[in-house]
Amino acid sequence: MARVLINFAHPALEKSRVQKQLLTTIKGIKGITINDLYEWYPDLDIDVAREQQLLEKHDIILLQHPFYWYSAPAIIKQWMDLVLEHGWAYGHTGKALQGKYFGNVISAGSGEKNYQPEGIHRYPVHQFLLPFSQTAALCNMQYAAPYVIYGVHRMDIEDIRTAAQQYRNMLELLRDDKIDPAALPRLTYMNEALQLPSQTRSV
Amino acid sequence: MNQHSLLFQSMVYLAAAIVFVPLAKKMGLGAVLGYLIAGVIIGPSVMGFIGKEGEDIMHFAEFGVVMMLFLIGMELEPTLLWRLRTSILGLGGLQVLGSAAAIAGLAYLLGQPFNASLALGMILSLSSTAIVLQTLNEKGWMNTAAGQSAFSVLLFQDIAVIPMLAIFPLLASGATNTADLHESSLRDNLPAWGQTLVVLGAVAAIIIAGRYLVNPLMRIIARTRVRELFTATALLMVVAIAVLMNLVGLSSALGAFLGGVVLANSEYRHELESDIEPFKGLLLGLFFIAVGASIDFTLIMEEPLLIFGLVLGLMVIKAAVLMILGKVFKLSTDQNLLFAFALADIGEFAFVLLAFSNQVRLIDARLSAMLTAIVAISMALTPLIMLLYEKVIQPRFTRQIPKSDERSTDEIHEKNPVIIAGFGRFGSMTGRFLRANGIKCTILDMDSDRVDALHNLGIKVYYGDASRYDLLAAAGAADAKLLIIATDQYEQTRQIVELAHKYFPHLQLLVRAQQVEDTFELMDQGVLHIYRETVDTSLRMGADALRMLGARAYHSERAARTFFRQDERTLKGLSAMRDDKKQYLVSMRERIEEMEKLIASDRIKTWLDEGQGWDPESIRDEVRGEAGN
Repeated sequence: MARVLINFAHPALEKSRVQKQLLTTIKGIKGITINDLYEWYPDLDIDVAREQQLLEKHDIILLQHPFYWYSAPAIIKQWMDLVLEHGWAYGHTGKALQGKYFGNVISAGSGEKNYQPEGIHRYPVHQFLLPFSQTAALCNMQYAAPYVIYGVHRMDIEDIRTAAQQYRNMLELLRDDKIDPAALPRLTYMNEALQLPSQTRSV
Repeated sequence: MNQHSLLFQSMVYLAAAIVFVPLAKKMGLGAVLGYLIAGVIIGPSVMGFIGKEGEDIMHFAEFGVVMMLFLIGMELEPTLLWRLRTSILGLGGLQVLGSAAAIAGLAYLLGQPFNASLALGMILSLSSTAIVLQTLNEKGWMNTAAGQSAFSVLLFQDIAVIPMLAIFPLLASGATNTADLHESSLRDNLPAWGQTLVVLGAVAAIIIAGRYLVNPLMRIIARTRVRELFTATALLMVVAIAVLMNLVGLSSALGAFLGGVVLANSEYRHELESDIEPFKGLLLGLFFIAVGASIDFTLIMEEPLLIFGLVLGLMVIKAAVLMILGKVFKLSTDQNLLFAFALADIGEFAFVLLAFSNQVRLIDARLSAMLTAIVAISMALTPLIMLLYEKVIQPRFTRQIPKSDERSTDEIHEKNPVIIAGFGRFGSMTGRFLRANGIKCTILDMDSDRVDALHNLGIKVYYGDASRYDLLAAAGAADAKLLIIATDQYEQTRQIVELAHKYFPHLQLLVRAQQVEDTFELMDQGVLHIYRETVDTSLRMGADALRMLGARAYHSERAARTFFRQDERTLKGLSAMRDDKKQYLVSMRERIEEMEKLIASDRIKTWLDEGQGWDPESIRDEVRGEAGN
């Protein structure tokens, strides 16, 4: 059984529709650890030892967050700055994360077509996520393809429920080793691991 | 002396001091000279208000010197002594030895007997602590290399007075007169070993009492909360030491000094200091007045050349010795000049020692009178010499001064950057936090039980009322950066704030406030950093409550902070409006209504909606609008 850690970040979950539904749907799944960063550290004062222990106990680490300004909410950066220490996560002696998988689970307001050279965002999300993939590389981890839920501004409650259920299925498959994590870096989106059409295609 | 004349005398002395000391200070001459001048004016040479009884007064006023030594002893923390050991022993010791030898040689050549020459050398080798330290402080030279060296030398001299007082009776040929000095000395009728035993016993008694008796006694006194009892206790201590010393035939100055050293580490040190300080000041003032009155002007008129020649000669000899020592101890030229100029005078201890050696018939009365005049003149010249240095010599070296300044700052700034007034449940938290972060604090507290308890925990807390100027000064307010006021009583807080504004305007104040009205008053007083004591905790509690009711932690945290900021803003607005009391009341009611409105209406939602960037609603509306088009 693969041990999955989800580092979740949303500064105003009470205002969220998609992330709130995603979180509710995956809460309580056996064998999946949800680490709600803003809930643990409302003062942004990260407990580095605790976070490192969590990382050590898991094989697959997913950062789940809204795609704010082509990146993550502030606490994710704070978490990376403090937790991924030199000599622990990277550097000559920093091998604690070796062989683990690292990936983003993001929700984006607009559709996939906007993340193309002719779209308003001009670049695919993969470009924007470069800091994460390079961080994974430096820390001796494999960077999995991102799990992206596109076009959330146009989704209604039913769409959101469906998307959340699919996400839950994917996590359960990962947990039960039904998806080989080694295949994840080769995909375009982690969503494909389910052999399901991504949200964009259905819109 | 009947009561009327005692009162009259007091009036003359006090009035003279009040008239001439401020005048002298205004003219840049310093307080000591002011007292001397006052003495001259009311003395037999000019107005003749005091005549023969001046000597009685002098006798009484010498007690000021005893108190001064008590205070000097208390200043001598072992750490300070240890830090300055090289300069105190080396520089100070060599200065006293060198000057004493040179002057004694000169006296011997001029035909004085050997013993008297020795005594003269010792007496005249001393410099004036009172004048020199005051002048150095006034001009801001204390932190320079020269200032530090001068301080060390003066410290050694102050200590050296004690063995001198012990040696003089031995130097006096034939011990016939020593009996006059301590009329009923216990040891007179004892064999030699018994005398030694009695002396050792007395010294041991002072040390043991200082160690084990004073603190419990002060604690009991403190619990009565009767302020004047402290003063009484402090005075009693000094007087008792003096009586004990007289009883066994030792110098009371030595005993007082010893008592002071024993108490240097007591937590009541600042309190004792501030209680004795005014008495010491007044008695020393009285002493200087008496000295001034005893300057024999007819003598000066008779032999002006001899006297002024001697003044000049003595000061040149002392300055020369100092210059040589300064060179040896590697002072730069300008600093060396300052060092030599500052210490070339002859100090107030000379008066004490002269009076004493006159009593033991070591030096005859005429010489003693002449020397008194010489010492007084040299002291009067000191401020003028320093003025000369400042205006003429220093400007030629200005470029070198900052350098030496920098070098010596490390050495002197031992005083703590933070003073905490009040170490109760509020101040102790702040204090512990600063301590944990390696910040040294001087802590003052009024609760003797607490001081006691903390002392047992190894935390140094001084007992005392921080709303007293002298105590704040003793705690190092002149050199500190921050004053944290966390006292329990608002009245005291207010007084400390006023005091700090008036006398230590450089201090940044951090003030604890309890009631809203106190907060307003502190704002009116211009205090910038006010800490309402329960605000942070109650809001933290509120945030936790929100959280327990299901709100997100980060939301609760932000809500509490937003509320806090809003509350502070409201308070400042109210404070600005408070000048007119009526308006304040009206507005207070209005504000409460407004607050109710705020709480009830959606305005509270407005505060919490400040995280607009995280709210996708408007962009979603826009996107949907586009879709509709």
